[in-house]
Amino acid sequence: MKRRWYDYLWVLSLIYLALGFFNILFAWLGLICFFVPLLIAIGAGSKAYCNRYCGRGQLLGLLGGRFGLSRKRDVPKWLKSKWFRYGFLIFFFVMFFQMLWNTYLVFEGTENLKQAITLFWTFKLPWNWAYHGNLVPPGVVQFAFGFYSIMLTSTLLGMITMIFFKPRSWCVYCPMGTMTQLICKARNGKRELSEQEGY
Amino acid sequence: MERKKKNGRKAFVDKRSCVACGCCVKVCPMNAIVIQKGIMAKVDLEKCIGCGKCAKECPASVIEICEVAE
Repeated sequence: MKRRWYDYLWVLSLIYLALGFFNILFAWLGLICFFVPLLIAIGAGSKAYCNRYCGRGQLLGLLGGRFGLSRKRDVPKWLKSKWFRYGFLIFFFVMFFQMLWNTYLVFEGTENLKQAITLFWTFKLPWNWAYHGNLVPPGVVQFAFGFYSIMLTSTLLGMITMIFFKPRSWCVYCPMGTMTQLICKARNGKRELSEQEGY
Repeated sequence: MERKKKNGRKAFVDKRSCVACGCCVKVCPMNAIVIQKGIMAKVDLEKCIGCGKCAKECPASVIEICEVAE
């Protein structure tokens, strides 16, 4: 199958993760992975980002597929249920806003900058080696730590389910995927579904 | 199209559980699958040869290969 330029976006995903170990401010670039899928879903009504451009999905596919790091088993039923997918989206949102609140507190000066990464929304890891100075306001840096925590946590979650289930099982419960699908459903209506009743 | 008669194999998507990730589209050798309106995968049964690559790839395992009467 002919490869296209967007089939190599997994490289950018890998670079992004690596950059966070050297300079946390690069974490801001991750916002691209938040805004591009949303803009495509809202503007074009498609999931082209998931379908073509998601570097993380490609990376998981590569590690689990070509590198054989996946057991390639079916995901459990609960993991693909709407309850879990929507529940995880809500949970993700709540934690995202909590991160924004912490950023605001540092911006305001109420809290001090915490040079740490929070993994799985629980475990704090010192990450001070990735911050090198006072060129930008502490709030900007706090957001970078918070956002990188989310990106690293979701990548690790994706890798865990990649190992146990199919390589791209993260795509089943990825909050961005769920959200863009919901946007597409709202935008394009459910007409498509009824048209497909008999496949 | 009637299912479960031994005439050919085709891929069928459980449209309610499909997450529209597009993994199936990438592996289909016949380009028989499209993601419709960002909602779900749709298989063109005229093109589908029932090879099962999509079912194997689908992260949610919502594609089934069924025998059909043509």
